[in-house]
Amino acid sequence: MQRIGVFVCHCGSNIAATVDVKKVAELLRVEPGVVHSEDYPYMCSEAGQSKIAEAIREKNLTGIVVCSCSPRMHEATFRKTAERAGLNPYMVEIANIREQCSWIHKDKEEATKKAVILGRAAVAKVNLDTPLKPGESLVTKRALVIGGGIAGIQTALDIADAGYEVDLVEKTPSIGGRMAQLDKTFPTLDCSACILTPKMVDAAAHEKITLYTYSEVEKVSGFVGNFTVEIRKKARSVDMSKCTGCGLCQEKCPSRKAPSEFNRGLNTRSAIYTPFAQAIPNVPVIDREHCIKFKTGKCGVCAKVCQAGAIDYEQKDEIITRKYGAIVVATGFDMIRLDAYDEYDYSQSPDVITSLELERIMNAAGPTQGHLERLSDGKAPKEIVFVQCVGSRCADRRGKSYCSKICCMYTAKHAMLIRDKYPDVKVTVFYIDVRTPGKNFDEFYRRAVEEYGVNYIKGQVGKVIPRPDGKLMVQGSDLLDNRQVLIEADMVVLAAAIEPDPSVREIATMLTASIDTNNFLTEAHPKLRPVESPTAGIFLSGVCQGPKDIPETVSQAGAAAIKAVGLLAKDRLLTNPCTAAADELLCNGCSSCENVCPYGAIQYVEKVVNDHGIRESRRVAQVNGALCQGCGACTVACPSGAMDLQGFSNRQIIAEVDAVCR
Amino acid sequence: MQELIRRGKELLLEGTVKRILGWKAGDLPYNPEPAFFETEEELKDFIYNGFCGANLSKYMIEAARMEGKTLVFLKPCDTYSFNQLLKEHRVEREKAYIIGVGCRGKLDIEKIRSQGIQGILGIEGAEGDSEGEILKIRTLYGDRTCSYSSAMLERCHVCRGKEHRIYDEKIGESADTRDRDRFGEVEKLEAMSPEERFAFFKEELGKCIRCNACRNVCPACSCRKCVFDGNQFDSAQKANADAFEEKMFHIIRAFHVAGRCTDCGECSRVCPQGIPLHLFNRKFILDINRFYGEYQAGEDIEKPCPLTDYAPEDIEPGEAAERG
Repeated sequence: MQRIGVFVCHCGSNIAATVDVKKVAELLRVEPGVVHSEDYPYMCSEAGQSKIAEAIREKNLTGIVVCSCSPRMHEATFRKTAERAGLNPYMVEIANIREQCSWIHKDKEEATKKAVILGRAAVAKVNLDTPLKPGESLVTKRALVIGGGIAGIQTALDIADAGYEVDLVEKTPSIGGRMAQLDKTFPTLDCSACILTPKMVDAAAHEKITLYTYSEVEKVSGFVGNFTVEIRKKARSVDMSKCTGCGLCQEKCPSRKAPSEFNRGLNTRSAIYTPFAQAIPNVPVIDREHCIKFKTGKCGVCAKVCQAGAIDYEQKDEIITRKYGAIVVATGFDMIRLDAYDEYDYSQSPDVITSLELERIMNAAGPTQGHLERLSDGKAPKEIVFVQCVGSRCADRRGKSYCSKICCMYTAKHAMLIRDKYPDVKVTVFYIDVRTPGKNFDEFYRRAVEEYGVNYIKGQVGKVIPRPDGKLMVQGSDLLDNRQVLIEADMVVLAAAIEPDPSVREIATMLTASIDTNNFLTEAHPKLRPVESPTAGIFLSGVCQGPKDIPETVSQAGAAAIKAVGLLAKDRLLTNPCTAAADELLCNGCSSCENVCPYGAIQYVEKVVNDHGIRESRRVAQVNGALCQGCGACTVACPSGAMDLQGFSNRQIIAEVDAVCR
Repeated sequence: MQELIRRGKELLLEGTVKRILGWKAGDLPYNPEPAFFETEEELKDFIYNGFCGANLSKYMIEAARMEGKTLVFLKPCDTYSFNQLLKEHRVEREKAYIIGVGCRGKLDIEKIRSQGIQGILGIEGAEGDSEGEILKIRTLYGDRTCSYSSAMLERCHVCRGKEHRIYDEKIGESADTRDRDRFGEVEKLEAMSPEERFAFFKEELGKCIRCNACRNVCPACSCRKCVFDGNQFDSAQKANADAFEEKMFHIIRAFHVAGRCTDCGECSRVCPQGIPLHLFNRKFILDINRFYGEYQAGEDIEKPCPLTDYAPEDIEPGEAAERG
């Protein structure tokens, strides 16, 4: 029989205001195995912890239950307390009577009842707890960064500067990401390429950074400190070691019909291409879908003109397998598709464009060489309407519930740049709210209104109707004046919501990193651990975690880097002792557990077992404790109950349920 | 039947197989039972007719532990169970010589009785060799007749087809006897209100006597030690604290076999109380089909079961819960 101590925390008034903590302590005192029970205002304080330690020593406790906040908050704290007092840290159970009880209930009697039930379940579990001992694992001193935008580049640079090897994987032919597509950046209006390309060059030149462009992560196995990753280096069809980047192949390529991804499909590119002039690496790829040689077998112009002999039509995808200690996700974002927004006529009118398309139009390397013109007839627009929150802060299922955060600022930027360069163009912005918190941000917006005379209208646009003469009739409402407005516009720019790049779903699955309903990666704690995934060893950088502008992205990229470095700096990690184990006598050998194990920790072996005197060779499951992460998937999949999780055994779970239902 | 015996003898005598797994006559004319035959002599008791509904696949687990090959006769629907067991490494392919036997639907004595035919002494025409047969039944009260199809097992009316999914050779012709919607009964249950449904199952499961026949016959219930027999969860054969615990047995069993159940219908066939136990499993199968696309356990041994496999396009748990 265990000797259990129960410690009920008031958490100031956080718990005590809604739960009668004295009564909880009193009622739990009579539970089986409980020999000590007390309450205290702050159990996590030094005084509170000494009370626990004292009780452990004086009453020879073999296990403790702390009724307090979520185990995510202070389980580690109380485990350390127990360990210092000579108790095995895995003999500590937390009953979460704050997040799961006091914070969500109002009725004190009901909440007290529930707190007692939660405490009872924890006591039932401790009664069946056994001391556990963690093992150790080595840390591979190399990091992987997935995504080569500004977030990924910054993280890679920071990790590399700390002295660790970094591999940067980017799925497109060049690093640079979305920032490379931008013309100017707010709030300083400096040229995006001018501040980004030096960083790209730094990353490429850094002796500790290896770039894998035109590559994708294909498979991830292992665990914190010991990930094994397969990277598919897609066939570039160009030998990177020979290519001089002269660009002659692109000039001579007869296939010109592929839509340019970099220019958001507003113009076309050759089949052999580098996405943009400052691309890194400056080595083109052949888009096999559009290449005449690959489609018909005839052509080969690029190979003929290439003096370096770098063109290689036979090149195959290559799989690189590498070990990493830490993985940083920096997969970035894309604009949402606007198919569901027929009212803005985006899919029909070439002069209704997204902000990112405008960004390309304004850029000197863009489809119009930087001239502001209508894509339908090439004429200079005289009246431009910006529509904010297209798909952001959206109540229905067409869009996103969240604020995309960057649109207010970049629209002010666009409006200002247009008014500066073309003072005769009238600019109107329809907005729900203007949100410009951030250093020098509100000043920036005020400049657009006050100095550049941009017409801001609070209200939404209901419909954009194209007229046969090419004008776009914009119907909107002005909520401050309480009137309907009708504007004859030449161009409409939609601030479409941003969403995580669709590739993040697959990557999150491979990493077993959780994502929320909007596909943003979840943080380990929204306030205290914002750059870590709940999955150990996975870190988050940039918009994959939530909408961010460039300064925020760069800060987070640095934060993710230092977290990764903090991990890589360790030689060894303690492993979680709550791992699975199979009961050989019950195991059917069915492989269900092996099939569901995300860590490849289960193997089947032929083994002679002694089943109550009968010796026979059986196919049984064996768990590799170093690989097992204790997720418990196998225990659920096992049809015969042979698989069990130490520290969370089937018996313990049932005992908890029984205690709750008593 | 004679052809099966002839070929069985041949394989036994030439030493290809060490024993034969088939059916032998039981105490009554309508209850043949599974049996192993090791000699030519023993084969005189071998029988194969319309009452041989028993699925022999599960006995191959035992056979896999014996020395040498076993000849087993499998009907088309039995081969799904064999495949599923193969997938779960419970039987060994090299230890089985499979003869796919013809099947035109199997008979249910209760279906005959429910037509008012009592005091049955003997039945003729139950060979199931040709179509449109009429059963001639000798009873204490004189001779009666009924059509073969009116006496078929429920599962044969929703037959999954006449193809054997795995075999070494085939003997006899099979027919697809399906004349009902496989999920019709489930949809009727789904149309009920929760209260009606609960009342329905309370009534049906209230008949259970915990004889364990359904579990013992089920090819998916192949655990070395059933959780209901172990001392892990204090659930072993204990007296029920309330009437609900009886139901728990069936509900837990349905969860344990979900995704692995081939819908062979043996549970309902052997239930002495006539409980339609297959309904639980078929509801799971229908849900799996709806959530993850058509899936038939035991169709082959490669395709992963959607319940223990993940694909990015899988339904979100929230949506699954909403759709019920």
